[in-house]
Amino acid sequence: MQLIPCPWCGPREEAEFHYGGQAHVAYPEDPRALTDQEWARFVFFRDNPCGPFAERWSHSAGCRRWFNAVRDTRTYELLSVYRVGEPMPEVSERDEVVS
Amino acid sequence: MRADTSVRTSPLAAWTDRLADLAPALTAAERPFLTQLTVRASDPVAVARMGEALGVAFPADPCTATRGGGPFGAVEVLWLGPDEYLVVAEPDRRVPVEDALRAALRPARGAVVDTSAQRTTIALSGPHARDVLAHGCAIDLHPSAAPAGTCVQTLVARAGAVLRVDDAESGAFTLLVRSSFAEYLAAWLSDACVEYRAALS
Repeated sequence: MQLIPCPWCGPREEAEFHYGGQAHVAYPEDPRALTDQEWARFVFFRDNPCGPFAERWSHSAGCRRWFNAVRDTRTYELLSVYRVGEPMPEVSERDEVVS
Repeated sequence: MRADTSVRTSPLAAWTDRLADLAPALTAAERPFLTQLTVRASDPVAVARMGEALGVAFPADPCTATRGGGPFGAVEVLWLGPDEYLVVAEPDRRVPVEDALRAALRPARGAVVDTSAQRTTIALSGPHARDVLAHGCAIDLHPSAAPAGTCVQTLVARAGAVLRVDDAESGAFTLLVRSSFAEYLAAWLSDACVEYRAALS
């Protein structure tokens, strides 16, 4: 089982965590100005990269806090974790290709 | 004669004998009705003030706990999150401890909430306490990795629990488990203990 390093509690088993989707999705500045199409894009459309992806995770069985993580979607490897409010750190993308 | 309906029953009252039967491999006993208060506060000055009021400094590091004695008797403070603590005191100390914490918290923002009924406490020790826990808990409880004072929220046999290390060398632990999961965890403990009971008898 993969260990996920919670920014507060340290490495814990993956089963203690819950996934929260893409990180850094900003709420619309003027919600009333959005059309239905723009709302649909905000609510349902998310990036789907092949490589590093900034995500939200919750350490639900531990300190129950949300944090952000950069995960490589090809390898499931967590490249970096950082607290909510902190800027996304630079991660070195690895070029290995997993078949 | 009038029926007495005010008798408190702890979540593991029916398990006292079965838990006692696990000895000597595992000494497990419920410590019922402890006073438990959940404290939310992020202001470090207010947190220090609350520690002074209890006579026990609040834990500064994640996944640790402090204990000591003060005006309210023996008190333990467990770290639950970056701005969240659990204050554990002897039974029936809720009102004075809660009042003292509220007074110390002001004027900072925060909350002091009585959660005494939320969790019950199981004290574990014995030569195989660590082995039994290892069957259902991924935390490394070796003294080199989890010295006394370590306090983690994690999963024990898939049930959420707060696990505190009381004595790393002899393997004494305290499990705080939700009241509704207590019987499940007691059943799991007695099941996980079977092989060690056979080895010792």
